[in-house]
Amino acid sequence: MIAFWALAPLMVLAAVGMVLVRKAVHSALLLAFVMVCLAVLYAAQQAPFLFAVQIIVYTGAILMLFLFVLMLVGVDASDSVVETIPGQRLAATVLGLLFGLVLVLGVAQATMSASVGLGAANRDGNVDALATLLFGPYVLAFEVTSALLITAALGAMVLAHSERLTPKPTQRDLAAQRIRDYADHGKHLGPMPTPGVYARHNAVDTPALLPDGSPSSLSVSRSLQARGTIPADLSPAAVDRTATALDSTDSHQRSAAKHTDRGSGR
Amino acid sequence: MNTDHYLTLSALLFTIGAVGVLVRRNAIVVFMCVELMLNASNLALVSFSRAHGQLDGQVAAFFVMVVAAAEVVVGLAIIVAIFRSRRSASVDDASLLKY
Repeated sequence: MIAFWALAPLMVLAAVGMVLVRKAVHSALLLAFVMVCLAVLYAAQQAPFLFAVQIIVYTGAILMLFLFVLMLVGVDASDSVVETIPGQRLAATVLGLLFGLVLVLGVAQATMSASVGLGAANRDGNVDALATLLFGPYVLAFEVTSALLITAALGAMVLAHSERLTPKPTQRDLAAQRIRDYADHGKHLGPMPTPGVYARHNAVDTPALLPDGSPSSLSVSRSLQARGTIPADLSPAAVDRTATALDSTDSHQRSAAKHTDRGSGR
Repeated sequence: MNTDHYLTLSALLFTIGAVGVLVRRNAIVVFMCVELMLNASNLALVSFSRAHGQLDGQVAAFFVMVVAAAEVVVGLAIIVAIFRSRRSASVDDASLLKY
């Protein structure tokens, strides 16, 4: 019972957080926490086999698959806050609360006989008893499960496989395309500008400044922009503002340096 | 040790998962909420198994886990396929079956 009261509030909090946090990676981590806690509750309920399976299959395999797909799909795939159907979020929350209320009231009103416990059923060990059931009365369902798993593996292969519709462009094709772009649209022929050129910093998230002082968005990685590491406002006015701010700190440091110089000179 | 405590926790987790499915836009998060609902039902099955002193509930929970594993594999493959064609994992963008 200690395990239950220690873990249940944390699990509910983590589950609520999973629904509320913006970033999908954080949701996945909170879900992992809920699943590990569930495994502990299984162990507390005399189900050691399910405890192991929960950790290995759910936390180990399924959640890692989730994280894998999150990396594949990209970290900038966070939720949009725009509601497509007006009032949907509110309606869903109210309906969910009602549903939960009905469920909890139903459980509260049910009279249950005292828990029998699995001591007798687990006499020869939980795994042995489960195996007797699985390969005895449930053997047909077990066999069908294997068919389901094979079908799922095949389906994943079919869905994830994609035929290349156009031949892969060679280096020669790419070079020709560049020259054509230059001839048609006047697109710059050379490499992209490097970050930080003529700017006061040369970090990769500092856009290069063009001769007129405006930042070049070509000079910073698009994934950094999508992640929000770079200030979205790249207008000249904003850059001027940061530049003056930096200037003031620079001059401050310079004057401080002068003072120390003079001090050492004397 | 009361069974209805576990059942209440299971009901709460199921409800949170259901609300998450309705509220969230990101297909992967929606999918994770479905997983949470499956896990909540598993907890109820294991609790009933202990309450009745029979292991059939645990076998049912085991089958639910197997089905969930198969479902995750296919579902994530579908999400990746949709992302490849539309460059988005939002369920709102997949409003048309074609194009």
